[in-house]
Amino acid sequence: MEKITLTSQLLQYLITGLTVGSVYAMVAVGFNIIYNVTEIINFAQGEFVMLGGLIMVFFHVSMGLPLILAFPTTIVLVTVIGILIDRFAIRPIRRPSVLTLIIATIAVSIIIKGTASFIWGKDPFDLPAFSGRDPINFLGAVVQPQYFWVIGFLIITAIALSIFFDRTIIGKAMSACADNPDAASLVGINVKQMILLSFALSAAIGAVAGITITPISLMEYDRGAMLAVKGFAAAILGGLGSFPGAILGGLIMGSIESFGAGLVSSGYKDAFALIVLLVVLFFKPSGLMGSIEISKIKRF
Amino acid sequence: MSADMDENVLELQGVVMTFGGLMALSDLDFKVRRGMIKAIIGPNGAGKTTLFNVITGSFPPTQGTVTFNGRPIQHLKAHKIADRGISRTFQTVELFGNMTVLENVMLGCYTRIRTSFIASGFVLPQARRKEKQIRENALKILKFIGLAHKFKDPADTLPLGEQKLLEIGRALASEPELICLDEPAAGLNETETYVASSLIKAINAKGTTVLLVEHDMKVVMNISDEILVLNYGQKIAEGLPEEIRNSPRVIEAYLGAEA
Amino acid sequence: MLRIAKIPIAVFALFILVFPWMACQIPAIEHYPDIMVFAGIYCLITIGLSLLMGYAGQISIGHAAFFGIGAYISGILTVNYGMNPWACMGIGMAVTAVVAALVGTPSLKLKGHYLAMATLAFGIIVFIIFNEETQWTGGPDGMSGIPGLSLFGFEFDSVERYYYLVWGIVIAAFIFTVNVIQSGTGRALRAIHASESAAGAMGVDVARFKILVFVYSAVLASLAGSFYAHYLNFINPATFDLFFSIKLLIMIALGGMHNIWGAIVGTGLITFLSNEWLQYFEEFEVIVYGAILLFVTVILPEGLAGVPGIVKGWFRR
Repeated sequence: MEKITLTSQLLQYLITGLTVGSVYAMVAVGFNIIYNVTEIINFAQGEFVMLGGLIMVFFHVSMGLPLILAFPTTIVLVTVIGILIDRFAIRPIRRPSVLTLIIATIAVSIIIKGTASFIWGKDPFDLPAFSGRDPINFLGAVVQPQYFWVIGFLIITAIALSIFFDRTIIGKAMSACADNPDAASLVGINVKQMILLSFALSAAIGAVAGITITPISLMEYDRGAMLAVKGFAAAILGGLGSFPGAILGGLIMGSIESFGAGLVSSGYKDAFALIVLLVVLFFKPSGLMGSIEISKIKRF
Repeated sequence: MSADMDENVLELQGVVMTFGGLMALSDLDFKVRRGMIKAIIGPNGAGKTTLFNVITGSFPPTQGTVTFNGRPIQHLKAHKIADRGISRTFQTVELFGNMTVLENVMLGCYTRIRTSFIASGFVLPQARRKEKQIRENALKILKFIGLAHKFKDPADTLPLGEQKLLEIGRALASEPELICLDEPAAGLNETETYVASSLIKAINAKGTTVLLVEHDMKVVMNISDEILVLNYGQKIAEGLPEEIRNSPRVIEAYLGAEA
Repeated sequence: MLRIAKIPIAVFALFILVFPWMACQIPAIEHYPDIMVFAGIYCLITIGLSLLMGYAGQISIGHAAFFGIGAYISGILTVNYGMNPWACMGIGMAVTAVVAALVGTPSLKLKGHYLAMATLAFGIIVFIIFNEETQWTGGPDGMSGIPGLSLFGFEFDSVERYYYLVWGIVIAAFIFTVNVIQSGTGRALRAIHASESAAGAMGVDVARFKILVFVYSAVLASLAGSFYAHYLNFINPATFDLFFSIKLLIMIALGGMHNIWGAIVGTGLITFLSNEWLQYFEEFEVIVYGAILLFVTVILPEGLAGVPGIVKGWFRR
């Protein structure tokens, strides 16, 4: 009897970990999209998730728009914000250096955070679950259906991006920019547009993550920073620039956090991801799927 | 240690350098005699700058030994090798653009005259004296290389020809036994090239051993005592300038590339 | 020659000396010396940070941690063990030096975003520890009853006395740091910023220097933390969060990262914004900081210190 309970408990942790990890994976993928095209680490990446959640609350709860309408509307709005960031915070920088760009995206992240706190206040908000909250019994673990929505959207996102980068012209153009911006512009690719597109895409993915996770963990104005750090940790764990790595990194990171919180200490929950980040940075900065030479092969 | 110094200032034995799958240097053996000017030439990609990087400690060789004054240095970091008495310039000028011409050369004195963090902060008398000494040494060098009149200028405002001279001056400030010059004439016009090679000859006349990588054959033929030819990371010829000029192997290696 | 003139320092010291008296004369700014105490405490941190970021070219987004370590060690040792506050300051600095060396050694091998993220992660981990180790730190509710400072019976129990104490130390640290900048050591740091490979080739032990400056800036932050604890007599983890590390960044960026005076000017302005001028606009405070940081990054990369140069440029045309 006891053994079954332990197994189902562990399974519970695993599913929670994969769910939370899916969010980290999506943030990590967002980091990689921008990084691949621009070599910028966008500290504001977590804010897209936060905005996705809160703006969805506005459209779906405050304004009463049905889910099917509110979802895409939210994504569009967050995407626009992503475009504004590129246009007004990144592009105007005259002499971009690593430090300047880091600071610029930090500045953007706190402007967004401050604005969110001004508009929504400091309380957390809830969203109704997409398909209700009746728990499903899955191999002995009791799981809310929303968990599967989150994981499901990660899979959809992964497939969509894969098709986009491998099969569409624009996607291939973006990959070309990542590889060699000079050569890319010589063959007529508008590198500035590609950068814009990378911000737009990252914002959209972040929004999806925020919308799907809010029914589970609520959303408040200052969640962005920790999400960004953990998402970055996931991206580094998987190998910066690698999309499969980002997904793997996210899922692993989420699982470590979930098991750590459940088995070791829930107070230090956030610290697990950070410790993993430091360990990776100190001992193998190229991550699981990267190596300094292979870091050229960054896409699907 | 015996009173007479080693005849060879620098000696490489069996040096191999591989990056991943690429072998940049293979089985390199050569010596540099004290007081000579030795040039390393070869087509682009032959491994010349990699060789410099190994000698000056940017990275250790995959195999082999580098000996300086009889002591192995291949495992030492760059700053330790600088302390031992090897100085260098870079293929693309690496001046400290955030400092003045004088300050660049003053930094060159770092291996010889240093003050600790604490002594600097409290400006102890010894620190003040040392700083004065550094300044004098640096000004002397600037006079030697002909840039004394620009000592206050930010280093990155100098034209390329003078930047290259400054980099040599900075390398001289540590009073090195061996100075490694990576393409000192690259990008220079005829007058600037003449000034640079005169400077190199003057440096050598004062007793410093010179090892240089260079593409400009006129310069090489003009000032070198000995030439070593590299191709695909291997030594294909070594000897006096006339021998190298007439060597069929060398000519073959350069066929298709500019001479 | 990077000559940082001595006369402005003397003028500034004079200003600091007479400021409390001046403030007393004008009721509207009577309380300004209190704000200046905080400004001074933060300046201790930003002076070191300016050396680290502006001159040596490294990044740290986790310095709130060192500020907090100093504060908590002072707090814990004086409250729980009744130790002499000055001795505790020293212990705090020593512990911080060790922590900074341990964290700095692997971190400073990293560059750019990796270094930024490593310091950020470190800062947050320390923050979490402050919140979780309740039996030592009092947890989120903080720790109170931290004694004030006194020396041979002379109590620093008024704003004025504490003001002079803190600013005396700040000016001393400032002069020390200026001396370092103008010395061969300072040259070595600036060389590292310009080209690590060339600096190494000229005999500079780049790795060791980076750690040295990192530790120096951490130790100053720890000292600041101790002064903070003994001034407020109360500390809680919220003070030492990620946002404070970012605020430090804003202070330096606003003043001008490549200029040590920038640290003082930027810190002063942000402290007054924070404690005084933005008090009624609390909701906008965060947005204002973000806007300032963005403005400085995009429009004024050299911060306020770059303004004279820009104005000179206009006149030249």
